[in-house]
Amino acid sequence: MIEIQNISKSYKEVKALNEISLKVNNGELFGLIGPDGAGKTTLLRILTTLLLPDSGSAKMDGLEVCKDFKKVRHIVGYMPGRFSLYQDLSVEENLNFFATVFGTTADENYDLIRDIYYQIEPFKKRRAGKLSGGMKQKLALSCALIHKPKILILDEPTTGVDAVSRKEFWEMLKNLQKKDITILVSTPYMDEADLCDRVALIQSGQILDIDTPTRITEKFSRRIIQVHAQNMYKLINDLRAFENTEAVYAFGQFAHFTGKNDETECNELDTYLHKLGHTNVLVEEIHPGIEDVFMHLMESHNR
Amino acid sequence: MEEKIITVKNMVKRFGDFTANDNLTFDVYKGEIFGFLGANGAGKTTAIRILCGLSSPTSGEMKVAGFDIYKETEKIKKNIGYMSQKFSLYEDLTVSENIKLYAGIYGISAKKRKAKEAELLKKLELEAVKNKLIGDLPLGWKQKLAFSVAIFHDPKIVFLDEPTGGVDPVTRRKFWDLIYEAANNGITVFVTTHYMDEAEYCNRVSIMDAGKIEALDTPAKLKEKYKAKNMDEVFIKIAR
Repeated sequence: MIEIQNISKSYKEVKALNEISLKVNNGELFGLIGPDGAGKTTLLRILTTLLLPDSGSAKMDGLEVCKDFKKVRHIVGYMPGRFSLYQDLSVEENLNFFATVFGTTADENYDLIRDIYYQIEPFKKRRAGKLSGGMKQKLALSCALIHKPKILILDEPTTGVDAVSRKEFWEMLKNLQKKDITILVSTPYMDEADLCDRVALIQSGQILDIDTPTRITEKFSRRIIQVHAQNMYKLINDLRAFENTEAVYAFGQFAHFTGKNDETECNELDTYLHKLGHTNVLVEEIHPGIEDVFMHLMESHNR
Repeated sequence: MEEKIITVKNMVKRFGDFTANDNLTFDVYKGEIFGFLGANGAGKTTAIRILCGLSSPTSGEMKVAGFDIYKETEKIKKNIGYMSQKFSLYEDLTVSENIKLYAGIYGISAKKRKAKEAELLKKLELEAVKNKLIGDLPLGWKQKLAFSVAIFHDPKIVFLDEPTGGVDPVTRRKFWDLIYEAANNGITVFVTTHYMDEAEYCNRVSIMDAGKIEALDTPAKLKEKYKAKNMDEVFIKIAR
């Protein structure tokens, strides 16, 4: 459905994308996971025909993004990272405007947006600029869907959004997926990877890995030890000073420890920490999460 | 032993007939990392603006760093630091110029500034880029510098309004290392975030919904009370 081959793009001396290739299957909910500056927006802008790559090619449902850009625009819905609707048009006017631009009407494809739009319909006379963050997001999504696209592209729809609204937004995406829309969504939140069918981890214009979230964590072979103690600040500093430490990172109420080789045993750490006077010490080996894997792939890429 | 650095009693802020802060009461202790959480639009920013002396409350009794929120806002401003992701450093000034500007605003002598600047740039490994424009630096570097500049005048409290959005997971944790360090040095940290794993790093957390504080306790006690396995679940139970 989406085929990207060896796409590169530079801004002056900065290589925003370096030989990116990936494939998104029909009906898939695919996540592009990476921090700011990874190249996510550049890639999505190329796919939505708003930017030309320096080299490489991409096809959307068989159409070339460079040559067939006009046709591509009809089959793609795009929700950019920054709110880009008309602030001084009302909710309803925005929706009708986008429908008209694509030669359709809001009524014709209302079925597709009903579940999302009904939540903001009571405010349809309100100017878009006066909506709350969550409502703007729902309107932007409705406008991106109003021409019944085959592919939906969303650039960081959940950035800066609270945990509850994020959860609701992902539920909306899951429902859209059932309506036969292929979805490519970017996010800097690693925990959202688990909500996607497959993900690409991207950093500094390069793809670190592409797979299902489960397989990404399963194939990671390093031993991660989770440690907790009463004084977390002291714990992290003491763990970093341990002779066999490669990395120690805070993970919520725990610190995740990786040794230089994977031979450090839990009881070694336990003994070490008790000697240093730590209390409430808990040490256990755990299965890594996406964020653990991302951080290790990132660090080994930088080396 | 626990000295109160912020006291808030019955704080109310209304805009017309809309109540943004509905009778908030809480204390923040010296040297703690206090997480101030809530959904978008819950009233967090309004409360922070009042505590920073930038906006007057409708009613209530509040003291920040020992100063009265109505009469001593200028003294409050001298004793706090502030950083948010949206605004922190001037993009078209260099690293060094930004430090000079902030030090000047807080009345730090040139001699003291130079010594502290050298120490800071060394610690952050930014010596090589001190004459580069902030706009040309990666986001993660900017955030670390912005935080360090916010506490350059050794404030009693630093307010961080969503400081870590968008950066990679390694950089985000390096940023938290700085926060832990500051708290360990006695600076009280008042922080808002949408990353629920960061809520776990706080000593205590308050969760706001629709202008009210619905919960306030240590992350461990909140998880126990709401029978949740992490702070994400606690947050969703309260704010949904």
